[in-house]
Amino acid sequence: MSGLQLKDIRKSYGAVDVIHGIDLEIKQGEFVVFVGPSGCGKSTLLRMIAGLEEISGGEMYIADRLVNDVPPSQRGIAMVFQSYALYPHMTVYDNMAFGMRIAKESKEEIDRRVRSAADILQLTKYLDRLPKALSGGQRQRVAIGRAICRDPKVFLFDEPLSNLDAALRVATRIEIAKLNEAMADTTMIYVTHDQVEAMTLADRIVVLSAGHIEQVGPPLELYERPANLFVARFIGSPAMNIIPAKIVATGAETTVELTGGKRDVLDIATAASENGKTASFGVRPEDLRVSTGDSFLFEGTVAIIEALGEVTLLYIEGLVANEPIIAKIPGILDIKRGDKVRFTADKAKLHLFDASGKSYRA
Amino acid sequence: MQQLLFAITTMAAGVLACVAYFYGTNWILDRIFPSKGLTGKVASRNLRITNTIRPWLFLGPAMVSLTIYLIYPVIESVWLSFHDKSGQTFVGISNFKWMINDGEFRQSIYNNFLWLLVVPAAATFFGLIIAALTDRIWWGNIAKTLIFMPMAISFVGASVIWKFIYDFRPEGSEQIGLLNALVVAFGGSPEAWMTLPFWNNFFLMVILIWIQTGFAMVILSAALRGIPEETIEAAVIDGANGLQIFFKIMIPQIWGTIAVVWTTITILVLKVFDIVLAMTNGQWQSQVLANLMFDWMFRGGGDFGRGAAIAVVIMVLVIPIMIWNIRNAAKEMEGR
Repeated sequence: MSGLQLKDIRKSYGAVDVIHGIDLEIKQGEFVVFVGPSGCGKSTLLRMIAGLEEISGGEMYIADRLVNDVPPSQRGIAMVFQSYALYPHMTVYDNMAFGMRIAKESKEEIDRRVRSAADILQLTKYLDRLPKALSGGQRQRVAIGRAICRDPKVFLFDEPLSNLDAALRVATRIEIAKLNEAMADTTMIYVTHDQVEAMTLADRIVVLSAGHIEQVGPPLELYERPANLFVARFIGSPAMNIIPAKIVATGAETTVELTGGKRDVLDIATAASENGKTASFGVRPEDLRVSTGDSFLFEGTVAIIEALGEVTLLYIEGLVANEPIIAKIPGILDIKRGDKVRFTADKAKLHLFDASGKSYRA
Repeated sequence: MQQLLFAITTMAAGVLACVAYFYGTNWILDRIFPSKGLTGKVASRNLRITNTIRPWLFLGPAMVSLTIYLIYPVIESVWLSFHDKSGQTFVGISNFKWMINDGEFRQSIYNNFLWLLVVPAAATFFGLIIAALTDRIWWGNIAKTLIFMPMAISFVGASVIWKFIYDFRPEGSEQIGLLNALVVAFGGSPEAWMTLPFWNNFFLMVILIWIQTGFAMVILSAALRGIPEETIEAAVIDGANGLQIFFKIMIPQIWGTIAVVWTTITILVLKVFDIVLAMTNGQWQSQVLANLMFDWMFRGGGDFGRGAAIAVVIMVLVIPIMIWNIRNAAKEMEGR
């Protein structure tokens, strides 16, 4: 059964289009994360799924039911807001019970569900407290508890961790992952701009930019095989190094000439028609190795060294104007500022994108 | 012309005197305890002394005038309330004894009680409803401006306006009062509204409600906008309808503000005077405490003792509400 289906979903405010036709199918029980830079429309899309924003065009199905004109409360969704959005005048118990009371559930049923949710989230001790007497992490758990009580088909999270401090964020992230395991039949959709959250939580990640889907796939697929320059730069930290290049030989393997004149061979097949075109050569900082031999990808001068013990970050200048190439090398290195260093990488970990940003690795 | 000139001169002189006072005292203070040019212990000691004295210098004029215009009258009123009509002979509590047995005083207490029940409730209720409704429509701000407008009119001015609404002409002649014109247009016979005992109270209350709704609306509108949008969205997802959201999510969150608005209007109602004076002057059983006090104090030769005794009663009624109001307002300021 499909958990959620979006068909050419569009959103416009007057003449301004913010979502330009999203097609997406999410299986029941799947954990999908929407990521993208701020303003890419990820929150708007989530709010459209929740029913808080009207759908300007396209069709949306939740559990195979068309929900375009179904009010939020009848869509079978629950939402956890970034600001928790707890009702400040109600106790934790009442916050969780509110929805069920509106739905006129029996007292016993309300009590059973509130207590079971409180039990899962270790909130039983705090049921009589007002939200203002709770810490940020506890408030977020109440918000999650309120959503659990709705027993939703689709669970929506709108940047639920961004108001928490770093340590709590990690702890709550793990709790959400556990929750996902415990509620195996519930589809979860999670919006974030934090790629660590996306990578660790998601079954599949949807990368959005300017109201388009850039790529959909499991986290590691997005990391290893970014479909385009945007995804390549967005997933991974530090971001993938991109060096302008020109294709000089095509075939089963492609030869490119980097700015500066160094030629490299990549095991990516290209058509003869691509010969002579400009392209972008990409390699992740952590895939680079220092080369001592004559075979290397490129060389450059070390401008800055950040030794973190576990890894060393080298900032290489001279290859791309105003943008250092970063190499992330494990361990401690015997390299000084100003040294000329040669780098190499596994052929399988190199990327090549055409002028429009699309990857040549199909 | 001469008066105008005199008024302007007085104003200019007043402002100049204020500037001269603040500048002058400050200058003198710095001369007595200089800190510039000096170093070490003396400088820091002088700086500490001037910093202790300066606030009192600047607050001084305000505190002096508050004492003269507020605290002294309170003491004087209490003192007068235990004396006879000329304020010379001590009479104990006989003014208060008289009061309890006086029919008009009882009438005033009863009427004031009616005012207290109706006006704060009605003004707050209408203010809240209008604030909630005008937030959703594009011409909401125009509507708010119109509803707020009466706040800018003095009570006496408002009374004059409403005199024209309640105006009465004998049957057969043309009605210039809006209310009677309507009554006649629908086939009724005109009424002298102000002379209907009991009901005339409510006709007077309408005026104050008309004025105060704007105040309640502005404050409550700001409070409504302060409610986090997400809590309302969460309630929408929880399945609450418009009324449930309004009563179960929005109202509880602005309860403190509602209390402040309610009590502020309550205090105003206890002091209501101008409207009654201008419309009926307490005739036809529409008397209220403040007007009764004015009557005894300054009319028919004046009875300082009885007037002051009524004033003391009003004050005693206001004080508890005032304290509660200030506490509530302070709580609101703290930001929950």
